[in-house]
Amino acid sequence: MATDIKAPPYRVFNIAPAIQPGAMENIKSFVANEKIQTNLGFPAFEIPDWKEKALGKMGELLGKYRSLKVYLDACVHCGACSDKCHYFIGTADPKNMPVARQDLLRSVYRRYFTLPGKLFPKLVGARDLTREVMDEWYTYFHQCSECRRCSVFCPYGIDTAEITMAAREILDSAGYGQKYANEIIGKVHSIGNNLGLPKAALIDTLEGLEEDVKDATGLDVRYPLDVKGAEVLLITPSADFFAEPHIDSLIGYGKVFHAAGISWTLSSMSSEAGNFGMFIGNYEQMRKIALRVREAALDLGVKRIVVGECGHAWRVAYSFWNTLIGVGDGANDPYAIQLQNQLDHRYKQPMHICELTWDLAERKIITFDKEANDKHIITFHDSCNVARGSSMGDMFGGQFEIPRNIVKAVANHFYEMPEGTTHEQTFCCGGGGGLLTDDLLELRVKGSLPRMEALQQVVDAHGVNFMASICAICKAQFTKVLPYYGFDRRLIGGVHQLVSNAIKLGDK
Amino acid sequence: MTMTIMFAVLFYFAAGLFAVGVSYRIYTYARTPAPLKIPTTPAPRTRTGVVLLMAREVLLFQSLFKANLWTWLFSALFHGGLALVLLRHLRYFIDPVWSWVIFIQPFGMYAGFMMVAGLMGLWARRFFVDRIRYISTPSDHLMLALLIAIGASGLIMKFVTHTDVVAVKNFFMGLMSFTINVLPADLMIYTHLSLVALLMIIFPFSKLLHAPGIFFSPSRNQVENPRDKRHLSAWAAKLESGK
Repeated sequence: MATDIKAPPYRVFNIAPAIQPGAMENIKSFVANEKIQTNLGFPAFEIPDWKEKALGKMGELLGKYRSLKVYLDACVHCGACSDKCHYFIGTADPKNMPVARQDLLRSVYRRYFTLPGKLFPKLVGARDLTREVMDEWYTYFHQCSECRRCSVFCPYGIDTAEITMAAREILDSAGYGQKYANEIIGKVHSIGNNLGLPKAALIDTLEGLEEDVKDATGLDVRYPLDVKGAEVLLITPSADFFAEPHIDSLIGYGKVFHAAGISWTLSSMSSEAGNFGMFIGNYEQMRKIALRVREAALDLGVKRIVVGECGHAWRVAYSFWNTLIGVGDGANDPYAIQLQNQLDHRYKQPMHICELTWDLAERKIITFDKEANDKHIITFHDSCNVARGSSMGDMFGGQFEIPRNIVKAVANHFYEMPEGTTHEQTFCCGGGGGLLTDDLLELRVKGSLPRMEALQQVVDAHGVNFMASICAICKAQFTKVLPYYGFDRRLIGGVHQLVSNAIKLGDK
Repeated sequence: MTMTIMFAVLFYFAAGLFAVGVSYRIYTYARTPAPLKIPTTPAPRTRTGVVLLMAREVLLFQSLFKANLWTWLFSALFHGGLALVLLRHLRYFIDPVWSWVIFIQPFGMYAGFMMVAGLMGLWARRFFVDRIRYISTPSDHLMLALLIAIGASGLIMKFVTHTDVVAVKNFFMGLMSFTINVLPADLMIYTHLSLVALLMIIFPFSKLLHAPGIFFSPSRNQVENPRDKRHLSAWAAKLESGK
């Protein structure tokens, strides 16, 4: 199956494809089994009262999320979003247009929760909730990476990610969960990270890293685990512990801390930045996953919490941690005040590793040998959740400027991809939002088309041979799909991989 | 006189339903919590910044401009035209008429054409762009037809078959003080007013809710300051009492 997958050809004109109804209706990720579902407190597949459960959950969410309520009412079908989704551009399936994807849910909302839908369903495009509709939801709400690109263009800011999250939450409540995301969440609850790496494996990996760095630099750069009283707790995606090219960025973080003389630690209990609770739209799961960070921070007594290169993790950390677990500032409730009193508020809490590195670089506490990266001709891929769901630093658009500033500080050759494919208009890598699974490989290959087109342009014009990103999913996704477009899979790497190459460690 | 009474009843009903329906919707939007900070970033970091952003969205359709120039153009023509036309119609509801309302009368007249032209453009997209055709429901078409019919019947009265506008004003001024004054017996005014009443009736139940909705859109109206201030909804706070 996997060998049949072919990348779609680049578009001759930069416009949306003609629609091909049903093009992706058979692409469906594996459904979670009973064990995976019950592990998270969700019912198993094929429960008899699925319809009542689903509609009940929809009603509940409409009362809990203003976004869902307003977004389901406000859409006027203007079509502003219709050509903005990378999955639509890559697959031409009209149900991958953001508005059509929303309508899969909106049509049922109208039927059961609005007067015209109850009285004149045909007129307003309302429909009954059937098993087929549930199947369709499952299929197409797992063809959305929750990247928010559509929300940039919607005149009302309707964010399809919010609709997708609600739909997945409804599906889960009716027993129709996704294997990939729900299995991973189970692993976080039992072991502490998405990959299921136990403490012994982490110790092994980190000791190996220390030896590798010693061999390469002759210096004792430390990669500490569970050190009480460290200044910084680093929360990073678990892919950083073993996947390529992720691990090169982890090496880079350690070198930054080393060069700046900041004591830091990783946590075996909270060894994951990623939070798949967001992907499935479940507040309780998202909070439960985040609570591990809180627990580790309190337990280790750290003063600062820093987050590694991971896109949606940074969205959850930056935008949601203060709400979920009180990592941040400005709390007036006992629950959050306890942790906020412990943290050092001269620094932003939480802080992105790029904010930390750039601050040190600006203050000349760390310096770089730019020539060390001369073999790399670099472009920067803005990761969707960092670009449109978070920020960095104190300035408007810091999430775009700070990583670029770092790249320009550590390397001599940097080129931007074409306008309209970067910053807040960046295209998702094609593997975000809980879709980074091999059962969706065809979708992932097709969905990366707009990014690959943009990359091809800078490859042709400037000989770009390194696309830097700050997201574990982007790194894994591109490593997999780049070869389908004729690129070397090693073309993707991390920003701190470049930092690692260039940072001057001296003999501190 | 029968028709006059029917229209009086219709307008009391339509205005009442419109006011209650839209208020109720706004109330539910306001009451429903937004538990998480979800502004589409980069977003303003101050309340003032959000107000300015919202003004650009509501008055200039900033996001739509980024999305599609044709849709933006037709939308701007329609909404801009409609706004002027509505302001022009104030003269039927106030006495004496404010001087600025008198001043805009000629502009408001041509705005009627702008409005209809914009609507025709928006409707054409529903037929000729395959993506938009795919997402259009019967109600999307009917809504455009209704608005065009309102605009066209108004323009016909202005430029073809004149109606006794003084009597029309008397009718509405009367309604506002709960007295019934005779509405001119004229097919065109009957048509125009029936359609307007219909629009007011369906407003609270339809996609026309995008008008109040945008002000409650969390991706646009939230201040981007999640690290600096803890944002907690009531139902989410309850989860912590167990801790």
